[in-house]
Amino acid sequence: MIGGKDLTDTKAYQRPVNTVFQSYALFPHMSVLDNVMFGLRRRKIADAGQKAKEALDLVELGHVANRKPAQLSGGQQQRVALARALVNRPALLLLDEPLGALDLKLRRQMQLEIKDIQSEVGLTFLHVTHDQEEAMTMADTVAVMNQGKIEQMGPPEELYESPKTAFVATFLGQSNLFGGEVVSSTKDVISVAVAGKELRVPVDRAVAHRGKVTVGVRPEKVSLHQAEPATDSSRGVIGPGRVLDASFTGVSTQYLVDVPGFGEVTVFAQNTSHGEHAVEGDEVFLSWSVEHAFGLADMPPAEDRFLNDTSTGAMAVQEREKIEQELEGA
Amino acid sequence: MAFGAFGGAAPAADQQQVAQRKSPIALWLLLPGLLYLILFFVTPLFSLVITSFQEPVPGGFLGEYQNAFNPSNYVEVVGTYLPHILRSFVYASMATVFALLLGYPVAYVIGVKLRPYPLVQALALVILIAPFFISFLLRTIAWKQIFADEGVVVGLLKSMQIIPADAYLTGTPFSVVFGLTYMFLPFMALPIYTTLEKLDLRYVEAGSDLYASPFTVFRTVTFPLSLPGVVSGTLLTFIPATGDYINASRDFLGSTDTAMMGNVIEANFLVLQNFPAAAALSLILMMSILVLVSAYVKRSGTDDLL
Repeated sequence: MIGGKDLTDTKAYQRPVNTVFQSYALFPHMSVLDNVMFGLRRRKIADAGQKAKEALDLVELGHVANRKPAQLSGGQQQRVALARALVNRPALLLLDEPLGALDLKLRRQMQLEIKDIQSEVGLTFLHVTHDQEEAMTMADTVAVMNQGKIEQMGPPEELYESPKTAFVATFLGQSNLFGGEVVSSTKDVISVAVAGKELRVPVDRAVAHRGKVTVGVRPEKVSLHQAEPATDSSRGVIGPGRVLDASFTGVSTQYLVDVPGFGEVTVFAQNTSHGEHAVEGDEVFLSWSVEHAFGLADMPPAEDRFLNDTSTGAMAVQEREKIEQELEGA
Repeated sequence: MAFGAFGGAAPAADQQQVAQRKSPIALWLLLPGLLYLILFFVTPLFSLVITSFQEPVPGGFLGEYQNAFNPSNYVEVVGTYLPHILRSFVYASMATVFALLLGYPVAYVIGVKLRPYPLVQALALVILIAPFFISFLLRTIAWKQIFADEGVVVGLLKSMQIIPADAYLTGTPFSVVFGLTYMFLPFMALPIYTTLEKLDLRYVEAGSDLYASPFTVFRTVTFPLSLPGVVSGTLLTFIPATGDYINASRDFLGSTDTAMMGNVIEANFLVLQNFPAAAALSLILMMSILVLVSAYVKRSGTDDLL
């Protein structure tokens, strides 16, 4: 459905949609300008040449209009592909992992450029990416898809701060997830019993309010304490745990803390003071503000980590395992 | 020039790189081929040029000639054999066009449409090449039988009154052009298949994403990208077809009315023993093909492709 019209049955070349392909797919036998003019010519639009030149200027490639695509760098080809799609002013512009082939620095630069161009031309962009950071940097609305279904859709901040499923919580950034059971609830918070401790979650940040739930908290929201902090109803506290690993990354230090009953908890501590830091083997307590906790209805499947491998080999193995399980079940 | 065209003419930049990498090893590797060419191409060519200017030995036997500078040989053969020369190029052009019209769709189906079915694709290629397993003389004789006056084709066409009762097919321009088209069809289809087989279908997808109908995608994307194959295919068909003397021969599909340059050269060399005339005709054929092919390759601009 685009603009109230169902397009399922129309042919690809009749849809008001243009695509920036992952491989760019610039026509190698045409000049850059002819590539950009292609869509306009097909629709017999007047002054196609002028419009194409403007589109090339928009991506700052007006000076290479007469070259062949093979004579351009990867980033330039990417911009030509963008101009070739944009110039048609489609109702919807599809970007199919267009930055996947670029190196990290160029990719960051292109992300900002595409975002600028988007606000300049004011078209709807649908950007498909595997890069979570890219999705959060560029999008107004992010839809996280898993196994072909949308898990959650919303502004990047919302998806990050209050994920609704375990997949979203672990796919967009990292999360510490603790499974437990709701023991009591008030108007504002629910209390979840996890390994003998009660963790509170604001009601409006919890997906489920009774039974088995998962409490989650982002690593950068967790604070590290050398001694047990004073009891405070506005903070969740767990511990003591042992620091398994501390790695200094510059802006922060990443700790991996083993807390009995809670498993391994990741903590990102901002590198804002010169004071003492926990080292490997230290016994520490962990705390976070209750308002930063979120409640989920599901746990991530235990052996989930490599399931999303989409190489054909891996898919074949998975299919085979599935069939074998079915056969055993029958 | 003509040899470079078969390879799809390497871009100038590559040639420079090759020149920079020239080393003694490359020269040694080239040597056997060079020697072979000097012995079996350059030497006969010189001999041909010398022969073409010879004149008969005064009072000598038939077939006795002495060295001279006698350019009138060329004027004479052109004057005598101009119809044959023109006929050669007309028949060869027609055969090339027909082979392209028949061969391109075949190559397209095998190279693009059959891609999801590798087994069928391989089988189709084998069928395309299969005629090569039989001598072309036998194949041409077989067509002569098929087109014979008492044969199935003529009989059927007569009984359906498509052709009059006294009509015939062998010895007509139709059967000669048919034979040429048939003989060189694989030479046309195979190079086109090779380029279409490598065609990146994402370009086709991009074309239809940019509002081009399937026919427009073919016209603006698929066909231009397959041009290198079309150029080599047409050259591989046109050049040998122009000089062909089997199909047009009286013993096969032709008659005296359909004789092409090859037949005239054959008659002058082997029957009339007019060696200077035959040599002059051979050189005229060679030069005209060279000029036509150079102009064609230049015009089709294959240098720009790939």
